[in-house]
Amino acid sequence: MTETRKQELARVANLVRQGVLEGVFNAKAGHPGGSLSAAEVMTYLYFEQMRVDPANPKCDSRDRFVLSKGHAAPVLYATLAQRGFFPPEELATLRKVGSRLQGHPSMKLCPGVDMSTGSLGQGISAAVGMALGAKHSKTDVMTYTLLGDGELQEGQVWEAAMFAAAKQLDNLVVIVDNNNLQIDGTVEEVNSPYPIGEKFAAFGFDVAEIDGHCYDALEAAFKGIAKNGRPTAIILKTVKGCGVSFMENNVNWHGAPPNAEQYETAMAQLKGAQA
Amino acid sequence: MKMNATRDAYGQALIDLGAKNEKVIVMDADLAAATKTGGFRKAYPDRFYNAGIAEGNLMSVAGGMATMGYTVFASSFAMFAAGRAFEQIRNTIGYPALNVKIGATHGGISVGEDGASHQCNEDIALMRVIPGMTVINPADYQEAYAAVMAAAEFDGPVYLRFGRLVLPHLFDESYKFEIGKGVQLREGHDITIIATGLMVHEALEAADKLAAEGVNARVINMATIKPLDVDIVRKAARETGAIVTAEEHSVIGGLGSAVAEVLAESHPVPVLRVGVEDTFGESGPAKDLLKLYGLSAEKIFEKAGAALGMKLSLLHNPYP
Repeated sequence: MTETRKQELARVANLVRQGVLEGVFNAKAGHPGGSLSAAEVMTYLYFEQMRVDPANPKCDSRDRFVLSKGHAAPVLYATLAQRGFFPPEELATLRKVGSRLQGHPSMKLCPGVDMSTGSLGQGISAAVGMALGAKHSKTDVMTYTLLGDGELQEGQVWEAAMFAAAKQLDNLVVIVDNNNLQIDGTVEEVNSPYPIGEKFAAFGFDVAEIDGHCYDALEAAFKGIAKNGRPTAIILKTVKGCGVSFMENNVNWHGAPPNAEQYETAMAQLKGAQA
Repeated sequence: MKMNATRDAYGQALIDLGAKNEKVIVMDADLAAATKTGGFRKAYPDRFYNAGIAEGNLMSVAGGMATMGYTVFASSFAMFAAGRAFEQIRNTIGYPALNVKIGATHGGISVGEDGASHQCNEDIALMRVIPGMTVINPADYQEAYAAVMAAAEFDGPVYLRFGRLVLPHLFDESYKFEIGKGVQLREGHDITIIATGLMVHEALEAADKLAAEGVNARVINMATIKPLDVDIVRKAARETGAIVTAEEHSVIGGLGSAVAEVLAESHPVPVLRVGVEDTFGESGPAKDLLKLYGLSAEKIFEKAGAALGMKLSLLHNPYP
């Protein structure tokens, strides 16, 4: 990937992060930490990888995306807004009465949202259903789904993984945002899902484990997806709260909004990084 | 007399649907022989997907597949469909209002010998409480067949409950089934028995017993429990003044509750419920269990007597 393109993507990801903060600050609620850790992969998916058309968000031939870690809705909304699915100004309505931007994504309300999610472990299964449907229809539609690392504790994730490999869904890409933190502490402290890559490999996936904030690594992993009868798992090593110094690797920012002062500081940091 | 289980109708209807609609997909969770989806699997192997013993995944996959333009029938026993996968149905089918038909067989205590772990007397309550979910519990083969066809035409989530036990045919091919419509099977003005599923058979027998005692009982077959046919319920309350409900389900949360809710808020009359009391079942032949747990014409007859007594005492002393 050219340096210019990387800079462009970095600029978008920075705006996505600002959108995340704008959303949760105005909502006075939401999940900034696990949204910020996914800014690069969301930007890469919607600006490099996926076939989508903001003017025709329900187009049959689009690639599908399911935010299985539905609580990271702010990063999905901020990415969709940057991509042109709806005006970025709408991000300030997050979690408010009457908003299309529900606390967890609703496919009935928000353009560009392919599946309603929020209850962990179910999004991956829905993505598997989409991939199965695409196979059944003999279309080249790809389905991508983003999971949290804590979410891997849900047994349904492994039901879905077993089924996806058994049905040879090489049009399915399971992405894990491995920021190592969940509400009650580190994922090891709570109930370790490690080793993540080996587990998916044992279930029959092609596995890539990469730095989730590096565009070259993202490009290599996504370009490496093979049509070989095996689904792909891409495990992203990430930093929870990435991009805002006081939120990084701090579990307290899993589900808490910044106050006005913190918001100003965070936005200043991001705008400073952008300049 | 022709005898079939409603699950047999489910199996046949799926095969017939498969012939006319390429968008029909059938999924199961390793129970294809018992749920009767095996016939579809044989006829259309490329449109049948087995999720294995993983009902939560089955329901969410069905939801995802429905977003790709398919009408997905997802099948398991009622216990594992409505019970185990409740939250998947609620969040990945109900909330996004996806076009998934949950074909749940082995509903109720007539599962029999497998015992309480497999006897789902709670599914109608669980499914009824999900916003936008249509809940259908057919009474015989023909109605079950027609209900599957109607569900396939209907855009949105539907819970279809089928039974294991073979039953006499009540209706013939001229029977018209409509989602959300109760059907009056017998006219009467003293009391109304509103029944669903296999209890419709018992209700008709109870009405005969009541007639022998000089009591004219109206009988309504309520296959659709949600949306409930409130008009036919209110009319029955207005015209007969006493109701007995009958269902092969807990007395909590099913048809009896639905009828009582409507009437308490619009036309209060005595409503007595026949169903499984607040208890688990046990192993045994279905016919024995139905009697033992009070799912019988005798119990309906007995409750009808009590309901008539309440109706009369209200007439003579409306403000005690």
